[in-house]
Amino acid sequence: MNFTQSFRLAIKSLTTSKMRALLTMLGIIIGVGAVIVILSLGNGLTGMVQQQIDKMGINMIQMQLFGGMDNDLPDPEDMYDLVEANSDILTGVSPYVGVTAAVRNGNDIFKATHLYGVSEIMYNAATNYTMDGEQLAQGRFINYLDVERREPVCVIGAYLEQEAFDGDALGKKLSINGRLFTVVGVLKRNAELEMLEGSQDDQVYLPYSTALEVIGSRWVNIYIFTSSSGDTAQAAKNILVGWLNDFFRTDDGEYSYYYVTTMAEQANMINGMMGVAMGVLVAIAAISLLVGGIGIMNIMLVSVTERTREIGVRKSLGAKRRDIRSQFVIEAGTTSAIGGLLGIGFGCLLAKGLEMLLGGMLIASMGVSGITFNATPTMGAILLSFGVSVGIGILFGYLPANKAAKLNPIDALRYD
Amino acid sequence: MEHLIELKNVYKIYQMGEETVHALDGVDLTIDRGEFVAIVGSSGSGKSTAMNIIGCLDVPTSGTYHLGGVDVSTMDDDQQAEIRNKMLGFIFQQYNLIPKLTVLENVELPLLYAGVPGEERRERALRSLERVGLREKAKNLPSQLSGGQQQRASIARALAGTPSVILADEPTGALDSRTGRDVLKFLKQLNREGDTVVLITHDNSIAVKADRIVRLQDGKIIYDGDAHDPRAVVQPHDGEEEEEVGA
Repeated sequence: MNFTQSFRLAIKSLTTSKMRALLTMLGIIIGVGAVIVILSLGNGLTGMVQQQIDKMGINMIQMQLFGGMDNDLPDPEDMYDLVEANSDILTGVSPYVGVTAAVRNGNDIFKATHLYGVSEIMYNAATNYTMDGEQLAQGRFINYLDVERREPVCVIGAYLEQEAFDGDALGKKLSINGRLFTVVGVLKRNAELEMLEGSQDDQVYLPYSTALEVIGSRWVNIYIFTSSSGDTAQAAKNILVGWLNDFFRTDDGEYSYYYVTTMAEQANMINGMMGVAMGVLVAIAAISLLVGGIGIMNIMLVSVTERTREIGVRKSLGAKRRDIRSQFVIEAGTTSAIGGLLGIGFGCLLAKGLEMLLGGMLIASMGVSGITFNATPTMGAILLSFGVSVGIGILFGYLPANKAAKLNPIDALRYD
Repeated sequence: MEHLIELKNVYKIYQMGEETVHALDGVDLTIDRGEFVAIVGSSGSGKSTAMNIIGCLDVPTSGTYHLGGVDVSTMDDDQQAEIRNKMLGFIFQQYNLIPKLTVLENVELPLLYAGVPGEERRERALRSLERVGLREKAKNLPSQLSGGQQQRASIARALAGTPSVILADEPTGALDSRTGRDVLKFLKQLNREGDTVVLITHDNSIAVKADRIVRLQDGKIIYDGDAHDPRAVVQPHDGEEEEEVGA
């Protein structure tokens, strides 16, 4: 019953001295704003990671092989056999061979082009995405026969299609380390990125068998597996680790002979690191909230002194200690709550601004296409910030309120 | 029948540095329902202390104070607040209306603290304002009212909680003499309608409007009786009293 009046009184005293109210709330506004910006950016980054994972597939498992000094590495055939033997969990494998080679078309040389040797598993016909998140625009992807027969064929990115072939590449020839490859497919352009040399659109996929010939190597160092679902990824990893330990005749060769990681693990690692970074930043922002709280306490102490007579009158009319205390606590809470709301609005605007400024850069740095950066705070973050700002008002308002509540009515009435 | 106000052998002693001040020095006083009493005295006579104790704003150092049959002399802060809320209506020299609240909200305050629900609170506050003839000013802020109107608003506030005693502390002190007379007339009228009024003043010409005068000097009652008795307004001057109470 007392609440509505205290609340209205708080609003009234805030509106009658707007400048003072604004200055009182400034600390809270900045603090809450900073927290919202940080949480928004964090949310945006987490969203990006999630999109990347969704695109590549949560069921993806990456295997890197280092081998020992005198060890042979497993043959790709071993991996195919392994997948076949565990077909309930493992659904596919593609070797992934990084190639360093000169790409030419006539007299044009492309030095920055990325080349990868892969198998047909790299491309998921159902989703129309490669494991790298690329989409096919024309032609076809590398297929089983290309790999088997070591065909000199390739799938090229949109940049090469434009620069080397003026937008008409299908069926034309491309020279890689002096060997001619026929273009059988063209990838879709990554719309949100600029088409530059060395960018995501400047790449070539080859059959991995042919790629090994190009680089003159026997061994494939990286494999990409897929499991039947995200849930079976860990079981799939266990199978791979078991098999590799047998192969390298070791109990636990992880990190020394090989490294196997699931998409979920990678995501968890990235999110974990990001969580720590966010935590540190939020803690720093929280200092501003603390300062804001002290600002509110300060102004409430002033307000209690200014209104000593009012407190005396209220007491003479029968206000108990808790009536006075709750009046001032509500007033402090209202002040900081309004500060919190302003801070949330300010933070959301700033986050949107940063999204526009940094979004493109961040997306480019992720190295995967078709991802958006959306720096919007979660509802939880908003509610939490609001709750914290109200809490700070109440916490820091308590001391002045208690001082008011304990005033002696006679002294308070005599106060000028 | 028990007395409404009953002070028995009340002392209020302050320690001011080295000096011990007997603001009230063994006061016995009873006031019954329906009386109109003026407590008179010059500054330092102890009348303000008496008003604080009668008004449950302070407790005596020793002695007892029964208000409506209840011993209130040993109550704590919050218990006193409840007694003030239920039994007492204050009228102050400076009106003491809260400037940010409307007249109606000011009058509602005692009812608010009594826990009267919104609709009834409004109703009763408006009735109280009606009684002092300020109903049409209910939505105004105190600063938009004249001094006399403000004092009437504060009387309405004192009446809103239907108190047993109305305590008026120099109610005319801040008003010009005509408005002051109106306020006194109004208090008199309240008394005729059955309210118990205790008036605290230093001014004999105001005190004589009451039915009974209690004169305090140096913390002691030196006269208690009919306001029309000539002795009621005579300031006794005996050199035997040497204790000088600070103004």
